Amino acid sequence: MRIQLKIWRQQNRSKSGQLVNYDLPDVNPDMSFLEMLDTLNERLVRQRERPVEFDHDCREGICGQCGMMINGRAHGPLSNTTTCQLHMRAFRDGDTIYVEPFRATAFPVKCDLKVDRSAFDRIIQAGGYTSASTGGAPEANSIPIAHDVAEAAFDAAACIGCGACVATCKNSSAALFTAAKITHLALLPQGKIEGRQRVRRMVRQMDSEGFGHCSNTEACQVECPQQISVLHIARMNWEYNRSLAM
Amino acid sequence: MLNAKIPEGPLQDKWRHYRSTAKLVSSANRNKLQVIVVGTGLAGSSLAASLGEMGYRVTCLCFQDSARRAHSVAAQGGVNACKNYKNDGDTVFRMFYDTIKGGDFRSREANVYRLAECSANLIDQAVAQGVPFAREYSGYLSNRSFGGVQVSRTFYARGQTGQQLLLGAYQALMRQVAAGSVSLLPRHEMLDLVVIDGKARGIIVRNMDSGALERHGGHAVVLATGGFGKIYYLSTLAMGCNGSAIWRAHKRGAFFANPSWTQIHPTCLPQSGDYQSKLTLMSESLRNDGRIWVPKGREDHRSPNEIPEPDRDYYLERRYPAFGNLSPRDISSRAAKERIDAGYGVGPLKNAVYLDFSRAIREQGKPKIEEKYGNLFRMYQKITGVDAYQQPMRISPAAHFSMGGLWVDYELMTTIPGLYALGEANFADHGANRLGANSLLQACVDGYFIAPATIPNYLANEIKTGPIPIDHPAFAESEAAVRERLQVLVNIQGKSPADHFHKTLGAVLYDKCGLSRSQGGLKDAIGKIHSLRDQFYNDLLIPGGIDLNSELEKAGRVADYLELGELMCYDALTRNESCGAHFREEYQTPDGEALRNDRDFAFTSAWEWAGIDKEPILHREPLDFEVVTPTVRSYK
Amino acid sequence: MSNSDLDPETNLSLVDGPVENPDITPTSKEAVELRPAKNWLSGTLSQKNLMALTGLFLCLFLVVHLLGNLQLLLPKEAAQWQFNFYSKLLSENIFIHLISYLLFATIVAHAVYALLITIRNRRAHGTRYEYDRRGVSSKWYSRKMGLLGTVILFFLIIHLRDFWYEVQFGHLPIDKDGQEDLYTLVVTVYRSGWYVLIYVLCMVALGYHLLHGFFSAARTLGVCHPRFVGWVRVIGWIYSVGISAGFALVPIYVHFALS
Repeated sequence: MRIQLKIWRQQNRSKSGQLVNYDLPDVNPDMSFLEMLDTLNERLVRQRERPVEFDHDCREGICGQCGMMINGRAHGPLSNTTTCQLHMRAFRDGDTIYVEPFRATAFPVKCDLKVDRSAFDRIIQAGGYTSASTGGAPEANSIPIAHDVAEAAFDAAACIGCGACVATCKNSSAALFTAAKITHLALLPQGKIEGRQRVRRMVRQMDSEGFGHCSNTEACQVECPQQISVLHIARMNWEYNRSLAM
Repeated sequence: MLNAKIPEGPLQDKWRHYRSTAKLVSSANRNKLQVIVVGTGLAGSSLAASLGEMGYRVTCLCFQDSARRAHSVAAQGGVNACKNYKNDGDTVFRMFYDTIKGGDFRSREANVYRLAECSANLIDQAVAQGVPFAREYSGYLSNRSFGGVQVSRTFYARGQTGQQLLLGAYQALMRQVAAGSVSLLPRHEMLDLVVIDGKARGIIVRNMDSGALERHGGHAVVLATGGFGKIYYLSTLAMGCNGSAIWRAHKRGAFFANPSWTQIHPTCLPQSGDYQSKLTLMSESLRNDGRIWVPKGREDHRSPNEIPEPDRDYYLERRYPAFGNLSPRDISSRAAKERIDAGYGVGPLKNAVYLDFSRAIREQGKPKIEEKYGNLFRMYQKITGVDAYQQPMRISPAAHFSMGGLWVDYELMTTIPGLYALGEANFADHGANRLGANSLLQACVDGYFIAPATIPNYLANEIKTGPIPIDHPAFAESEAAVRERLQVLVNIQGKSPADHFHKTLGAVLYDKCGLSRSQGGLKDAIGKIHSLRDQFYNDLLIPGGIDLNSELEKAGRVADYLELGELMCYDALTRNESCGAHFREEYQTPDGEALRNDRDFAFTSAWEWAGIDKEPILHREPLDFEVVTPTVRSYK
Repeated sequence: MSNSDLDPETNLSLVDGPVENPDITPTSKEAVELRPAKNWLSGTLSQKNLMALTGLFLCLFLVVHLLGNLQLLLPKEAAQWQFNFYSKLLSENIFIHLISYLLFATIVAHAVYALLITIRNRRAHGTRYEYDRRGVSSKWYSRKMGLLGTVILFFLIIHLRDFWYEVQFGHLPIDKDGQEDLYTLVVTVYRSGWYVLIYVLCMVALGYHLLHGFFSAARTLGVCHPRFVGWVRVIGWIYSVGISAGFALVPIYVHFALS
């Protein structure tokens, strides 16, 4: 199949960028989207041009490193799918595909499609952990945790930190990312103890990174590769309000 | 002479004895000591967090853009621990025996025993960190069984156990970063090791965003950089996984053990074209209900559902009636390759075998299968566009895990004093074949429990050393060498991108030093790798300079692979026996099974770098089996 | 010592002097963290809470207002007396006066915070996408709360000019019971077809604004249990349709039945 690409090219953080057209006449529908970009890059290298820089690593949808806006949607036209799991059979012969980096003030573009998502790491640093030091942990079965609670905690903990929620949010809000970690730890007895400090510190960090408000449009849930529920945001709000009240 | 420094005493007392007698560093002195940890996977994160908690000053770096993305994240199945929650007779000794047998009696007893011994505490640790393991309705932890053992000792968090364990370690690491005890450098790649007076004293790293070279000094350097299975190009590993850090350490004097032992995983998605960049792993659990077959006729072009039962060859059930479709990984992979090579492969490239669920769906009903494997079937459909409820999956073997790695002693120290290797980067615990759910375990145990106890034993003698001077000539020399190497790569300006060489090398290795090896094939491969390396240095093309440049990153890794690949072939060539993942065609039983030679080859091969284009030097560490008696693994 | 303090050229081990002790005791950490932040009102969650609370208060007001309006649906004679009596009752009650100040303050706060939030969100988003199809993953009215709110604000200005201003500063006729005849004013205003049309359109905007606003407020305040979330959806839907249809019905009825 023939594909026209319009890819955002930007040499570095300080330079301005623009969309550049590329024509790929021979794309195999079984290729993944990233393999299609690999093919383009191989061609560019052979032409001694700078290849398109993009983030990727595991290519099986779990590391969270890949992520770009494809035809105006985070991770492309399929819902709940990472960019690396998107295959070219999702497009039609002759399609024009726009490829842009995730946009948010808190995610500055480093080069082409690579963005800096270290704000997420700093949100976790603010309190996304239990203060359990190595060694001397009590016997694992000493605190039973209801099956449903463990499953619910897992649902929240499944977040891969790709940033699609921020990219698809009209306000570039990191509420889903932050809330997923807060819920994961708030549900478990091991995490409850520090719950009050955690939610306040993480929310404060989220704000200071320059993310926007959550407008509850629920778009993040649609694009999230792990289908993290927006109800976690409600739980974060609940935990936050409770921490202020008490 | 290699000294593994295994403590005296009976097997079950060795680790306790070691810990009671190892030297300690008092808390007042710890902040005078700097440790560099390379890699933020399970081993790296957990060690950096543990040392940070103890009060050492830690610098931790990874090539990913966040520590949470290290490839431990992709492990699906679970983590073994002998808690005996199921009351099915599990003990530390039994777990030790399963692991050493699974490794085809090519690992150190003391190390393996310690792995089993520390496993239970790991679960406690992970639960305290909030890892949401699967639980029974009673609220207690759930277990499942995994290949090669008779007890249920695998703890799991759906199909994302690696992710959850890694996030636990990552969060612990983030806590230390916030506390200021660990400085974390994402998007930094180690390019050389600095050795001063015979001791590891620092590393040269490249900031991958700016291209700047940096010097980092430390009293100890820890490599937790994972496996190098990506050398085959097509593998289950992440695109960025590489062997460069351990290879540079090897060239600085660290011995490399058993480099050719790579586990080839039997249930991966087959290659569908030249453009393919990786082979996705499908969880091994599928083999519990799926039946593996190929057509009996060579040129059978019918669609799988049209091939009647009599025309199907369920070759695993035929050859290994006792274990059938659940035969261990090395045996299943080899059997698949045998069928594919004989021309019975299926799919457009005739490179796969069928994994068929029709009987399971008929007997248990589709809802039951959906409940067990729904996510895997969805993943299969996402990638291939095929509905596996309607027709069989196509699977093929793919390179997965490196049992080999830097040689380490009981303390996980390499042959360079002060240089440690943890997790998949070392060779220690899995012998010639790794059991499922043991890799997460080894990485965690190394990082949480073993290295935090053994590194202080070395650092205790470094308290008076003082800060490591990064203006030392050794740093300058290493940095200059790194700079020159990068410049050489950029200056070649030939015609082919790095991936071209990587793919060619991968194909050679998979063919000659993959599932089965032969003397002729390996010699041929060494010659091919030589000439490929020459081509590489004449024809490589990297556009751009030494700032942010992913082509330069790739080329540097491929340059190292082109040397490592050769060592793998030498290793396979000298081991005149078949064991675990290493199958030499000359050494097999009349019915095609591996023929181990305990009399001549009960040793670990530790290779010393002799220089480019020189034959590496082999050192042997004998494996003394004091407790177990090596037996023949039989799955018939 | 944080990540950003690192000089790439400097080696950490060369740093002299005491290093911050990583073992901060939990008590000291808590003491630092639980001090109320000075600017907590500028936090995103606090601002949204304010939007939610003011919004819900306005929702409550709408119910009361609608109940008053429904009196206009009574037979003409009864409606005139009843409606004028009702407005007299309200205008003479000091408590209602106080409430009305609170109401104005709430409207202003709701609008001002909406503006502040929008400005922050614009800034958070930064560069726009060249090609943007994000709309397919959410409902249009959930993304256009600002626009809908502006329509409602515009409507409020007309509405207050026509009724509240007339009552306060204009000269209303007196009905046969000696009360100020607000009823006749309403009937006169609703005689105009274009006015009724604008009124109805604004009520449609209000309906959508409420539909998302009510549910969003519950989310913001932390209603996260799946069962309650279901209730909120249903109640919000009934409420929004009821309020907007109710308000729209009155001018339509008055226009077509009484003119």
